[in-house]
Amino acid sequence: MVEHGDIRVVHRGGSKINFREPVLSHDSRLLLCASGECVKVFSSSTEECVHDLQGHTDLVTGVLLNPSNHLQAYSCSADGTVRLWDFTDGILIKVQLHCHHVSVQPLSVSVFSLLMCMCVTLTRLLSSSQGEYIASAKGLHLEVYFFKKQKFSLKEDNKKGAKNTFTCLSCHPKDDCIATGHEDGKIRLWRNFNHKREYTYSTLHWHHSAVSSVRFTPEGTNLLSGGVESVLVQWRYNQETQKDFLPRLGAAITHIAVSPDGELFCTAHSDNKLTVIQSCVKVSAVIQGLVKGESVRTDLMVDPRSKALVLNGKPGHLQFYSLQRDKQLYNLDIVQQEYIHESGLQQFEVVKAAFDTRGNWLATVEERKQKDSTLELNLKLWAYDEQTQSFVLNTTVSGPHEARITAMCFCHTADSQTTMLVSASQDGHFKAWQLESNHYFYEGPFWSCDFVGAYHSLVPECCCFSADGSLLAISFQEVVTVWSPASWELLTTLSQPPGAIRDLCFGRQSCSKYLLGTTAKNLLCCWNLLTCTLEWSTSMDVSLLLSDPLSENMAAFCSHAGCTDLFVFKPSEPRPLFSHKAICSGKVTRAVFAPREEMLESCEESSQWLNRSQLYFLTQYMVNIPLVIDDSVAVTPFYLLLGKHRQQQQEKQDRSFSAERNQLPQGSVAIKELLHTPAHVLPSASFLCSMFVRSLLISEKKSEEEEMESDKEEESECEMEASTMGQGQTAEAQETAAPALTKAQARELRRVKKLDHSWLSSLLDS
Amino acid sequence: MASFKPTKIQVYPKLGEKVTQDTLYWKNYKAPVQIKEFGAVTNIDFSPVAPHNYAVTAFTRIHIYGPFSQEPVKSFTRFKDTAYCGRFRSDGQLLVAGCEDSVVRLFDVSGKVALRMFKGHTKAVRVTDFTSDRYHILTGSDDYTCRLWDIPNSTELTSYQEHTDYIRCGITSKLNRDLFITGSYDHTLKLFDARVNKSVMTMDHGQPVESLLLYPSEGLLVSAGGRYVKVWDLLKGGQPLVSLKNHHKTVTCLCLSSNGQRLLSASLDRHVKVYNTTNYKVVHNFDYAASILSLGLAPDDESIVVGMTNGILSIKHRKSSEETKEISGQQKRRPAYRVFVKGKNYVPKQDDYLVSKPVKQHLAKYDKQLKRFNVSKALDTALETWTRFRKPEITVAVIKELDRRGTLKNALAGRDERGLSQLLNFLVGNLVDPRFAPVLVPATEMILDIYQSVIGQSPVVDVQLQRLQDLLEREIGYQQDLLEVLGMLDTMAKMNTSPLTPHPPT
Repeated sequence: MVEHGDIRVVHRGGSKINFREPVLSHDSRLLLCASGECVKVFSSSTEECVHDLQGHTDLVTGVLLNPSNHLQAYSCSADGTVRLWDFTDGILIKVQLHCHHVSVQPLSVSVFSLLMCMCVTLTRLLSSSQGEYIASAKGLHLEVYFFKKQKFSLKEDNKKGAKNTFTCLSCHPKDDCIATGHEDGKIRLWRNFNHKREYTYSTLHWHHSAVSSVRFTPEGTNLLSGGVESVLVQWRYNQETQKDFLPRLGAAITHIAVSPDGELFCTAHSDNKLTVIQSCVKVSAVIQGLVKGESVRTDLMVDPRSKALVLNGKPGHLQFYSLQRDKQLYNLDIVQQEYIHESGLQQFEVVKAAFDTRGNWLATVEERKQKDSTLELNLKLWAYDEQTQSFVLNTTVSGPHEARITAMCFCHTADSQTTMLVSASQDGHFKAWQLESNHYFYEGPFWSCDFVGAYHSLVPECCCFSADGSLLAISFQEVVTVWSPASWELLTTLSQPPGAIRDLCFGRQSCSKYLLGTTAKNLLCCWNLLTCTLEWSTSMDVSLLLSDPLSENMAAFCSHAGCTDLFVFKPSEPRPLFSHKAICSGKVTRAVFAPREEMLESCEESSQWLNRSQLYFLTQYMVNIPLVIDDSVAVTPFYLLLGKHRQQQQEKQDRSFSAERNQLPQGSVAIKELLHTPAHVLPSASFLCSMFVRSLLISEKKSEEEEMESDKEEESECEMEASTMGQGQTAEAQETAAPALTKAQARELRRVKKLDHSWLSSLLDS
Repeated sequence: MASFKPTKIQVYPKLGEKVTQDTLYWKNYKAPVQIKEFGAVTNIDFSPVAPHNYAVTAFTRIHIYGPFSQEPVKSFTRFKDTAYCGRFRSDGQLLVAGCEDSVVRLFDVSGKVALRMFKGHTKAVRVTDFTSDRYHILTGSDDYTCRLWDIPNSTELTSYQEHTDYIRCGITSKLNRDLFITGSYDHTLKLFDARVNKSVMTMDHGQPVESLLLYPSEGLLVSAGGRYVKVWDLLKGGQPLVSLKNHHKTVTCLCLSSNGQRLLSASLDRHVKVYNTTNYKVVHNFDYAASILSLGLAPDDESIVVGMTNGILSIKHRKSSEETKEISGQQKRRPAYRVFVKGKNYVPKQDDYLVSKPVKQHLAKYDKQLKRFNVSKALDTALETWTRFRKPEITVAVIKELDRRGTLKNALAGRDERGLSQLLNFLVGNLVDPRFAPVLVPATEMILDIYQSVIGQSPVVDVQLQRLQDLLEREIGYQQDLLEVLGMLDTMAKMNTSPLTPHPPT
C-alpha cells in the first residue's frame, strides 16, 4: 500500500546561515546560527548539522544563549515570537508572543522587554557584561544608556570626514571601554564616557575599508576585528601595536562571535560560510552553506556523476551542492587567481558552465569586463580525473569569442567517440569545439575549434543538441537554424515571427522529433522536424522552458500577473500532464530536473512525471527560500507510525496525532501492512519496540516531567502565554478526541504533546 | 586555509618552426665544415664501399675526400677543361668523369692517370655512369646523344640520338644492366633498353630536366627540372604520380635518405628541402649561403655534403649520440640526486609519532611581493633584464595581474629616469606583439598619462618616447595596409560564395 500525497512545493534549504551572528555554546562544542525560518545547531568540530530547531514561521532574526541556563537558547523571529530552546536535544521549551516586529538582537533576559520595543534602525546594540549600560550606534552617533543611574549620555562623533560612520561596536567585558568600527576602516576605543563631555578615544587603523565586526574576547585581553579584506585581526588590548592576522578566509567577514570560554572564535562570511577558529588563530572547521552571489549567472545544472547541483558560488568558483543533504560538497576553483578583497574591483566571474552527458567533461566560461577596456573571456575545459575524483583543467581558450557568450552546450550522445561543444556568442558566430587527440606542441588530448558558423550576421541566442546528437538547433533572433554537426550543413530554417526566440529545447525519447521554442512575444511553438512544419503553438508567456533528461516531459514556467504557473506536458500531446497555478510569487529564474536516487512507482497520471526526477527551481524574490522542490511524498505505514512528517506541518501533525494514536490498537490497515512487510526492510525490533513502549508510558512520566519543567520556568508571563496557546490547540484537538477539558487537563495534554514531540524529534535525528 | 594563488603565466605556443621527429633528426648535425673549391661544385658522389669517400667535381678537378678529412685524399687534375659528373663504380674501384672537351675519362681510384679515354662525343659530356654489370659506361652529352661504352675494349657499343636538346642528367638501373634513363633540356625523360635500339618509354617533364633519381625498388622515378620535382610511376608506364613545387628557383639536385623514407631536393634558391616520401609534404628545410648545384648524402645520413655556385663545399656531420647527450647534460646542470633525497628517504618505524610539517609553497619573487601588496617592487622584479628579454610573458602577466588588482597606476607611477626608460624599452620591444598588445596598450596609455608632465626633462626618456611613437606610426601603417588587403579579399570571397556558406575554421 503506497499512498500518494499531493504534489507540492517544499523548501529544500540553501538558506543563509550568515544572516546573524552565530552563537557558540558554553562548552564550545555546538554552534547555533539563524538560518531562514529555523535555527541550525552545528557541531563545531565535525561541521555536521546536529539539530534543526524548527518552529518559527518567519525569518529568524536573532539567537542568544540563555544567561541563566547554558543549555538553553532564545531565538527571535520576524513572526513576532521569541522561543526558548533546549538546543542540545533540539526541543522547543517555550514560546513567547510579541506583537512587535522583533528584529533586534536580544541581549539578556533582564533587558528583554526593553529591547523588544526597539526598532530596527539601530546599527548595533550591545550591553556591557555587568549590565550597567547599553550602547547603541547609528549613523554618526554613539549613544550610551545607563541603567543604574537612569540617565543616558549622548555622544557625537566628529564630522571632519564623511566616512567615519559607525558600523559595529563591542563593549569591553571588564573595563569601561567601547570599541567601535567605522566605515573608513578605523577602530576607535572609547573610554571615560560616564563623565559627560570628557570622553577620550584612541584609534587603531589596519583595515583599508569598512570594519564590519569588532568583538572583545570574554576575558577582555584581545579584540577581534574583521572586514571586507577577509582577514581576521587580533589586537592585544592595551598593546595595540601587537597584532595577529589570519588572512585569506575566503570572503568578507560579516560577523565575529566568541565562545563564552574564549576557546573558539567563529566568523560569518558573506559567502554563506561560518569559520570556526581556535584561539591560537588557526582555522579548525568550515561550515559552508549554499553560496548565492548577486545572481546565478550559470544555469542550474546537475553533475551527472555526483548528482549534485552545480551553480556559480564564490566569485570565480563553481559550487557542487548536495540536494539530499543540503550541504555544499566542494568548490571548484575556475578562475585560479588570487582573489583581491576590495570593493569596486571588477573580478572574473563564471558566467557559463556545461557538463557533458557522462560527466567526463566540464566547460566553463569566465569573463571580466572593465569600464573602458575590452572584455576578457576565457573558455576552460575540465576533464574528470578518476584518481583525484575531481575536475582537472585540460584546455584554456583565452578569447574564444569577441563578445559575450550567450549559450553553450555539449553534444548529448552517450555512445559517440567524439565529444563536441558548441558556443554561441554576441559577435554573431557560433563555434564548435572538438577534442583532438594529439598535437606537436601539447601532450595528451586537448580541445580545438572545429567549425565557425554564422547566419546572416545575426546574433545567436540559444543552442541545443537533439537527443541523439545528430542535429544542432541555433536560434538567431526570430529564426531557428538546424545544422548537421557531422557535415556542418545548414539543414533547414524554422521561424515563427514575430518575437525573438527566448528558449529552445529538443524533445527527448519518443518525442525527439519535436523542437520546442518560446518567443519573446508570448508564444510557445512546437515544430515537427520530420516535416519541418509547425506542429502546434500556443500563446503563453513562458519565462523558462526545460526538458527532463530522463523522460519525454517538458516543464514550462509561465509568469503571469506577478506569480508563476507551472505546466508539465509532453510535446506530442496537447493536454498538459500537470499544471499548477501560482506555484510561487515572482518570476522563476532558474530551474533544473534532478534525477531521483531511486525511481518511484507512481501510477497517478498527474504525478507520474515526477517518478524519475524532481524539479528544483530558484525564484527571483524569495530571499530566504531560494531553492524549492516539487515533491510527492509516499505515505507508507512507517511514515504514519514513525511520524516522519515534515516539520513545517507540525501543527497539522499535532492536531491529527490523537486520532492516529487511537487507530493503532484497532488493527488498522497500517498495522496490517506493517506486519506483512518483509522483516529485512523493517527497522530493528529493539528500535521499534522501545519507541512503542515509550509512547505508551506517557501518563506515568508526566508528574516528574512537570517538576522538571517548573524548575526551568522563570517567567510566569511566558508560561501564561504558552498555556493559552496550548488551549487554542486543544480546542482544535477536541473536535476529534473528547468533550471540553478543564484548564488543568489542557495543561496535561500540552505536556503530553511536548513529550510526543521530543519522541518524534529524537527519531528524526536517528 | 587557502594559500596564495600565484600569478598565472600564460603559455603561448612557440612561434615559427614546429618541432617534429623530422626536425629533431635533421637538426642533429654539427656546424658545417666549409671547403673552398676552385669553381662551382657540379657533382658530389659517395663511394658505395666502406670508408665512403666522396668525389667532388669542381671546375677542372675531381677531389676525393675521406669521411672526416677536410683535405682531399686524392685529386684528379688531368682534365683539359671543366670536368663533369665524377662517379664511382659500385665496387668503389673505378671512377668515371665527363669533360667539357667531350672526352670521357675512366680512372682507377688509387691511380692518377686515366685508365681509358672514350672519345666519340662531339660536345661536352655532362653525364657519365656505370651500368650495374660494371662493364659498361653510359654517357650523355650536349651533342644530344647518349652512348654506351665497353670498358675492357674502350669501344662505343650503341649511340642513341633521340633527344632534341642537351642531355644534362642520366641514371642507370641498379637492378637491370640494360636499362638506363636520361633527362634532357628538351623537357623529356627517356627510358632506354640496351637490347633494343630505341627508347622504350618517354615522359614529358614540362621543364628542362636537371636531375634524375631512381627509388631503390626502381618502381618510381623522380625528376627535377625548373621549379618542379615530379615523381613518375615506371611500372604504370611512366604515369605522373606527384608534382611538387616547393622551390622558387630551378631545382638542381635530388637525393634520397639512407632508409628511403625522405627525399631531398636542392635548388638555386639556396634551400634544401626534405620531403616525406609517403605524402610528399616538406618536413624540413635547410638554408645555405649560395645557390646549390650539387647535394650528396652519406650512407646512414652520416653527413650532408652540399656544393654551391661560389665554389664552397659545405659538409655537415651528424652528431654522435655521446655528443648529443653531453650537450643536453650541460644545459641541464642540476644539483645531485642526493641533495633532493637528503632526509626524505627516512622510513618511520612502527611506534614513531609523525609530526607533519606544512608544505612550504614556493613562490616566485614577484609573487612574494604581490602577496605583500608591494606592487611597485613586483613590477620592478618583473622588469629585470633577464625576465624582460627572455620571458616577456612573465612581465606581461605581472602587468596584467596588477591591472586586475586595480593597482597598475600605483605601480607605474613614481619611477626615476632609469626605471622609466627600462619600462619604455620593454614597451618598444613588445607593444606591437599581438599576444601582448591587449595588456600593454592600456598600460602604455597609463604611462603616458602619468609622465606627460616630465616629457622634455630627460633626453634618455625622450629618445625612448620618440622610438615608441615611430613604432606606433609604423604599426598603424601596417594595419591600414592589412585592412585594405582584407577588404579586397572580402570582395573577392563575396563574389564566389553565397552568404549562407559557413566560414572555414579559424
